[in-house]
Amino acid sequence: MNFIALDYLDILLASLTIAVNAGLSIAMRLGLGQRLVIAALRMVVQLTLVGLVLKALFSVASPVLTGFTILIMILFAGREAMARQHRRFHGWWSYGLGTGSMMTAGVIVLIFGLTTQISPDPWYDPRYAIPLMGMILGNTMNGVSIGLDRMIAGVVDRRAAIEARLCLGAEAKEAFRPVVSDALRAAFIPTINGMSAAGIVSLPGMMTGQILAGADPVEAVKYQIIIMFLIAGGTGIGSFAAVYFARQRLTDSRHRLRLDRLTPVKGL
Amino acid sequence: MLKICDLARANTEFSSPPLLSAVSLELEDGICLSVAGTSGSGKSIFLRAIADLDPTVGEIFLDGIERNQIAAAEWRKKVAYVPAESGWWDDRVGGHFKDLTQAGELATEFGMVGDVFAWPIRRLSTGERQRLSLIRALVQDPRVLLLDEPTSGLDEETTAKVEGALRDRLNAGGSIILVSHDPGQRERMASNHFHMKDGVLSVCGDRTN
Repeated sequence: MNFIALDYLDILLASLTIAVNAGLSIAMRLGLGQRLVIAALRMVVQLTLVGLVLKALFSVASPVLTGFTILIMILFAGREAMARQHRRFHGWWSYGLGTGSMMTAGVIVLIFGLTTQISPDPWYDPRYAIPLMGMILGNTMNGVSIGLDRMIAGVVDRRAAIEARLCLGAEAKEAFRPVVSDALRAAFIPTINGMSAAGIVSLPGMMTGQILAGADPVEAVKYQIIIMFLIAGGTGIGSFAAVYFARQRLTDSRHRLRLDRLTPVKGL
Repeated sequence: MLKICDLARANTEFSSPPLLSAVSLELEDGICLSVAGTSGSGKSIFLRAIADLDPTVGEIFLDGIERNQIAAAEWRKKVAYVPAESGWWDDRVGGHFKDLTQAGELATEFGMVGDVFAWPIRRLSTGERQRLSLIRALVQDPRVLLLDEPTSGLDEETTAKVEGALRDRLNAGGSIILVSHDPGQRERMASNHFHMKDGVLSVCGDRTN
């Protein structure tokens, strides 16, 4: 592969665009200048650190360190997914449900992709495992958090309808079905949209990156297709798991609707 | 016969439940029992507890069989709770009924027009919702009806029709626990009268004595 290596002067030049924006903001008294500069600095520091960490990880290529890094990524994704929910489960369920679903889905899809399709040597080579997991987790996190949020909001909103069915002798599974399918539909929409728009509306980032790095576009596309499948699979498994376990948690062995297992919303 | 032994709300992991002190009573077949009390005194919570919609402690027997021996869904078909405000899961009225024949007869009997089942739910008035949710339960032929203000939104004439249908149930061997704010209705329907205050159920009077 041949690609144009950048030096620090190039980065400095690119940062001029931010400087121009910041200057405009100050001139027009928008008050955005400071925030813009801080965000830009954060981005530089965070990415530089990630670059250094990845470089170190790649040079060691230790399965333990790679696994540990992936675990940290999952735990952060879990926190992120939980923070996006308006109403949550009490206690550890809130964090555990989303994180557990993402971990299961992410790890299954990652290992499947690495051992059967992409097959680096060794299969846990962090150069492949970590970026791949990043892409899978980013999308799975969206699906899981949307699915959980819709599920929980759905049972709260439709409490009367669910209990009406339970009162008439429906099992919890049947009474929850409309809410479950709504939650899953919502969780799948970003993935379906992403696949439909790929190549027409948007050029996927990974493919673009490979092309910039000098890869043959057809090869880059093949990679992207595999990644898209893995992402869709991960999001699907993760959302199914999260919504399924949320449903289990929202009912019990006597087929009741257990809203007492949710935290109250502030402002009620 | 429905036999309730020390039924109360159970503490759950994360919430201390609303007040319901241990209730024990026996409800013979063909008998209607009334429960009065101010709003928030625990009447609905009592009915929900019998229908097994909230975690409880204590035991309930229907014809000698303990509630936990019966699948929850089966129990709620036999001991049907009709809340004051009904829930609807389909956009159309008809979607809430498996068999429209008997439901249609009851709807006519309760003074509703025949094509009500083709209506969207949002077209229903409060009183129509109330009658339809009662019909929804009646067509499943429950042994015990737990009714929470079944006629609060109805005029006198319609109330009489609904009460007539409920009396037919009693004569056929069904039994009813009736929560009602209307003293006249409690007198007309029930032979045993109870009063709920702060989650404590107490006997008011017993006309059979």
